[in-house]
Amino acid sequence: MPIIFGAAFLGAWEALVRGLDLKPYFLVAPSAIGDQFVSSWSLVWRSMKVSGGNALVGLLVGTTLGVAVSLVTSRFRLLYELVTPLAVALNAIPIFVLVSVFNNMFAITSEVPRRLMVTLVVYFVVLVNVTRGLVQVDRLHVELMRSYAASDWQVLRRVRIPNAVPYLFTALRIAAPVAVITAFVSEYFGGSQNGLGSAIARSIAASRNDQAWAYVAGACLLGLTFYLISTLLETVATPGGAGTRSAGRS
Amino acid sequence: MNAVDVGNLSMIFGTGPSRVEALVDVDLAVEQGSFVSLIGPSGCGKSTLLRLVANLLEPTGGDVRVLGKPARQARLDQDYGMAFQHAGLFDWRTVAKNIELPLELKGWDRTARRERADEMLELVRLREFSGHYPWQLSGGMQQRVAIARALAARPSLLLMDEPFGALDEMTREHMQAELLRICRETATSVVFVTHSIPEAVYLSDRVVVMSARPGRITAVIDVDLGERHGDDTREADEFYKKITEVREALRSTRTDAARGVDDR
Repeated sequence: MPIIFGAAFLGAWEALVRGLDLKPYFLVAPSAIGDQFVSSWSLVWRSMKVSGGNALVGLLVGTTLGVAVSLVTSRFRLLYELVTPLAVALNAIPIFVLVSVFNNMFAITSEVPRRLMVTLVVYFVVLVNVTRGLVQVDRLHVELMRSYAASDWQVLRRVRIPNAVPYLFTALRIAAPVAVITAFVSEYFGGSQNGLGSAIARSIAASRNDQAWAYVAGACLLGLTFYLISTLLETVATPGGAGTRSAGRS
Repeated sequence: MNAVDVGNLSMIFGTGPSRVEALVDVDLAVEQGSFVSLIGPSGCGKSTLLRLVANLLEPTGGDVRVLGKPARQARLDQDYGMAFQHAGLFDWRTVAKNIELPLELKGWDRTARRERADEMLELVRLREFSGHYPWQLSGGMQQRVAIARALAARPSLLLMDEPFGALDEMTREHMQAELLRICRETATSVVFVTHSIPEAVYLSDRVVVMSARPGRITAVIDVDLGERHGDDTREADEFYKKITEVREALRSTRTDAARGVDDR
């Protein structure tokens, strides 16, 4: 069904451009984008590798950091109550502004500012979700573990961490495409001009709309890949398969 | 030595205007191998009493001894098993792994754990579901797994807080018969919290009637329906006589306090 809908959407787009004879500077036909995508694949691929690499590094570092910090904050209630509002507040400020600050801190050709940016965004998503998973455990489970004379460490390993696993994957499903978007939006704020974001900006500036759209298609592909991989990971890591856990409960 | 000895127990929650006397001057003895039910209106402190015996709460006054030890020591030694109104199974563990959990924490090795889990599944007649996940089971089956888990480490005392409260009538009666059978086979003492008069009478050697505000014991009724309970028991005259006796004991506590007790 989604495939049919997607094809119909592209078909309608193509028909609209041809039927109304829209000029390429207004809207480019999908077929033209496709041609451009194929012919400049090596360029698109090179930019995808740069932006995708930045997104991946940021995703991995941000996730690791988010999990680590949530393990610490969930252990110490006071820290949790101090850190959570701060994290929410920080996340509410237009975080892209920070990339300019980072750009000033590192060399002009450095990829570190973008990776830092992605790390930060991913970190908040993972922190908030995983902490919730670690803290919001069934009260009954806690009482049971107490009746088994379980230590804090045993409660963490057998109750809190397994409880947080679905929360982590929810966070990853949100964070993965956002990591890609953050990676190439960060490129608008200066630094080396080798990623998808700067390529799109450059193509538009040169009135090469078909090329710009080819890069956009590359960005879509990248985001989709990240999303699919995170969904796949969830399926593999959830006993009995993803989704069944909540859907199977009557 | 008794399974449970509670002496002069009191439990007060909060201070000032929000102060609640949950339990006042409670004395209770549960002999080994006997089945004792706690019944009373909502807020009479029967669940609190159970949690004090389990050392999930610390009393503000008085003394709780389990198998002759202080309650805290009994908890640390895992001398009792516990089951609640909700099965409280772990979704990420299979049925067998859920039953093995208390054994894991007691440090049993893998083979011993697996063997014991198989035994317990046999006992609650769920052998073929050992590899299933809890959410693949019906409510009644989940509750049986929870009981198997509570009994897995061979505790000599079982503490149950309305374990059949969320089940339908048919499943409930079936589970009651199963529980009696299991307790007879394993010689386990039970403290059982319930809202239901027939359930208390059917299961117990002794029914402890409690009243609310402040929570205290107002009557203790001995029940003897014979060694072998069966479906006939529920239709025996003695069964109805005891139900009436418990109901009257509950009524005399205070009419408005008796709300919250049903006749299921």
